[in-house]
Amino acid sequence: MASTEIARQAGEGVRSVPLAGHVGFDSMPDQLVNKSVNRGFCFNILCVGETGLGKSTLMDTLFNTKFEGEPTQHSQPGVTLKSNTYELQESNVRLKLTVVNTVGFGDQINKEDSYKSIVEFIDTQFEAYLQEELKIKRTLHSYHDTRIHACLYFIAPTGHSLKSLDLVTMKKLDSKVNIIPIVAKSDAISKSELAKFKIKITSELVSNGVQIYQFPTDDESVAEINSTMNSHLPFAVVGSTEEVKLGNKMVKARQYPWGTVQVENENHCDFVKLREMLIRVNMEDLREQTHTRHYELYRRCKLEEMGFKDTDPDSKPFSLQETYEAKRNEFMGELQKKEEEMRQMFVQRVKEKEAELKEAEKELHDKFDRLKKLHQDEKKKLEEKKKGLDDEVNTFKQKKTAAELLLNQAQQAGGATTLKRDKERKNNPWLCTE
Amino acid sequence: MIERPETAVPSIARNLEGYVGFANLPNQVYRKSVKRGFEFTLMVVGESGLGKSTLINSLFLTDLYSKDYPGPSQRVKKTVQVEQSKVLIKEGGVQLTLTIVDTPGFGDAVDNSNCWQPVINYIDSKCEDFLNAESRVNRRSMPDNRVHCCLYFIAPSGHGLKPLDIEFMKRLHDKVNVIPLIAKADTLTPEECQLFKKQIMKEIQEHKIKIYEFPDTEDDEDNRLIRKIKEKMPLAVVGSNVVVEVNGKKVRGRQYPWGVAEVENGEHCDFTVLRNMLIRTHMQDLKDVTNNVHYENYRSKKLAAVTCNGVDTSKTKGQLTKSPLAQMEEERREHVMKMKKMEAEMEQVFEMKVKEKKQKLKDSEAELERRHEQMKRNLEAQYKELEEKRRVFEEEKNNWETQQRILEQQKLDASKTMEKNKKKGKIF
Repeated sequence: MASTEIARQAGEGVRSVPLAGHVGFDSMPDQLVNKSVNRGFCFNILCVGETGLGKSTLMDTLFNTKFEGEPTQHSQPGVTLKSNTYELQESNVRLKLTVVNTVGFGDQINKEDSYKSIVEFIDTQFEAYLQEELKIKRTLHSYHDTRIHACLYFIAPTGHSLKSLDLVTMKKLDSKVNIIPIVAKSDAISKSELAKFKIKITSELVSNGVQIYQFPTDDESVAEINSTMNSHLPFAVVGSTEEVKLGNKMVKARQYPWGTVQVENENHCDFVKLREMLIRVNMEDLREQTHTRHYELYRRCKLEEMGFKDTDPDSKPFSLQETYEAKRNEFMGELQKKEEEMRQMFVQRVKEKEAELKEAEKELHDKFDRLKKLHQDEKKKLEEKKKGLDDEVNTFKQKKTAAELLLNQAQQAGGATTLKRDKERKNNPWLCTE
Repeated sequence: MIERPETAVPSIARNLEGYVGFANLPNQVYRKSVKRGFEFTLMVVGESGLGKSTLINSLFLTDLYSKDYPGPSQRVKKTVQVEQSKVLIKEGGVQLTLTIVDTPGFGDAVDNSNCWQPVINYIDSKCEDFLNAESRVNRRSMPDNRVHCCLYFIAPSGHGLKPLDIEFMKRLHDKVNVIPLIAKADTLTPEECQLFKKQIMKEIQEHKIKIYEFPDTEDDEDNRLIRKIKEKMPLAVVGSNVVVEVNGKKVRGRQYPWGVAEVENGEHCDFTVLRNMLIRTHMQDLKDVTNNVHYENYRSKKLAAVTCNGVDTSKTKGQLTKSPLAQMEEERREHVMKMKKMEAEMEQVFEMKVKEKKQKLKDSEAELERRHEQMKRNLEAQYKELEEKRRVFEEEKNNWETQQRILEQQKLDASKTMEKNKKKGKIF
């Protein structure tokens, strides 16, 4: 039998070799792209903002289509999230777009818990992905990714500063999702006010340590445009699905008595910038960031919570199998312990109850012993009384007998006298007898 | 045939009026992938002397094995070894980290039993590395060193597969993409080659060996090409490290007295088909099948072994759809329910026993009460009797005493009268 031996060359640096001709692996990116196009793409946007800031309108404008839904009222008791998925196609590219809206955000009197349902929603999507990833038999490549890739945060166009609700919410979300702040309904702010507003917002975000999404500048082809755009954040947008005739074209615009705000005019608002950055240039990066940063952070926290570690106390790396086995043993041990505890508790209770019942029994016996004793005393008394009576009866009887005897004697004697008297009477009828 | 994961059937998508811009997504993906660079691991297996190293050099148009880095064929082997060489090649702005895994000594011994074991061990250990890296809590970039493709070299005997060939392919077709090649195909005439290919494919089907299958695409044109390639399987290849001149052109080829066998001539051999398929069109697919099928198989087997721990597998079939942790969660829930039930049962028994005991106590209490009552009544009756007796006695005594008194009185009277009479009598 051939003996086996695995020899590995130490990977001391990978050497570069020149090619003598065209091999053809420069088609690899194309192969990859073709596969992705065939599979279709997926993107999930979360819109956070108060009711009435134009979230739905902006989505309609961005994606050039009318999404479903009716404008919501202000009377929601809490913040709920509604998500809708749409299949869009542009040339040969298919996109599965999911738009999640926060309904009722900022409408309550007490807004302390507003951010909670949003954070919960984001975590739920991460959790679903994590569960899929941890399954024994999994299908990751055909999994519909529901994790939120971008969060558009709508800031009300007050012109002054961020509301405290905005700061609190963004602070809670910045480690979980890519936040892109935008100033909504910005046609209510003049250009100069807008500049000041943007500066104020940016400085407030920085001073509060809120990490918003920065467009990546490490890829040369897009570094320049991304860094310029970074300086225009937050984008001031206007949304409109209505079209107005301008010259000889129909453009998306909002018509006021004093003029028409054109959505796609870069002088009027930053809508085009937003569209460029969000969709045309950085969509893939947003997805990547979500997967490699935000999801990994969630996963790391979750696994650490469950007690997984990468190294044992001696800093040797655990293998997955060891980890799972250790977990399983721990788990089984726990179950055993619980069972034991329950049994013990029961044994204890039984003992206690037995003792109780014994006590009761003893008491009962004592009671009846006492009663018995009482009874015996009574009986004794009765006996004595009886005896007493009998003695009396006897005494009386004796007396009686003695008296009768006496009487008899007397009677005999007297009888004789009476007889004599009778005789005499008979003989002497004139004898008085009284 | 290897089971391929299903791709989603696209539903009718909305068409957009006006420009949105996500049609640029493919470009974004392109850009990022170029920046990231690519990796590919290719394994070559076959007896020595079949031209494996030469073929690699021809495929990648480079001297992977050169004077400074001699290939494994230059060394004398006693045992089967698995050796890897990593190189970085660049073309058209695209960087590829290529790892070639060679298996010198394979099939060279007299007794070749288990000569595939080192190969299997290598493939498994790479999958294990990836699994561990993927399962860490702190995940950094996970280098993909898994074997994406295995080129298996068949000696050009012209007859059929050797037992070693069949054995090897059967053991590895579940672990890696196997592409069988007829090596040194310039020793076969085209007709011999055809027969040989047919024979090999027949034997492959007979033994149910799953070699790498090309996926069907939506494009009919592509499908036609793919079908043509499929008919040529297994590919008969020729490799050469030498460039010769033919008709004024410089080509790679092997110079014989009777002519030049050109490597890149489609009529001479299937080398170009192999290169196109392996590198230009299906490299990504090979990686995907490795990731989605072979690696997942390895992973699910590994994890199932951990959680089931030797439990009867027929029971655990349904549990494979969960993660080991979710499974533990479910077991925990089941256990909690079981304990609840047990607790309820024990509680019930306990209550019943307590009730019994209490009842017994009550009964004996009642019994004792009753007896006590009875005795009391008894006593009372006796008392009454005694009272009655006394009353009667008293009455009798009183009567008698009264009688006595009357008698006494009478006697007294009688004696008085007698006295009187006596006195009177005497007078008379």
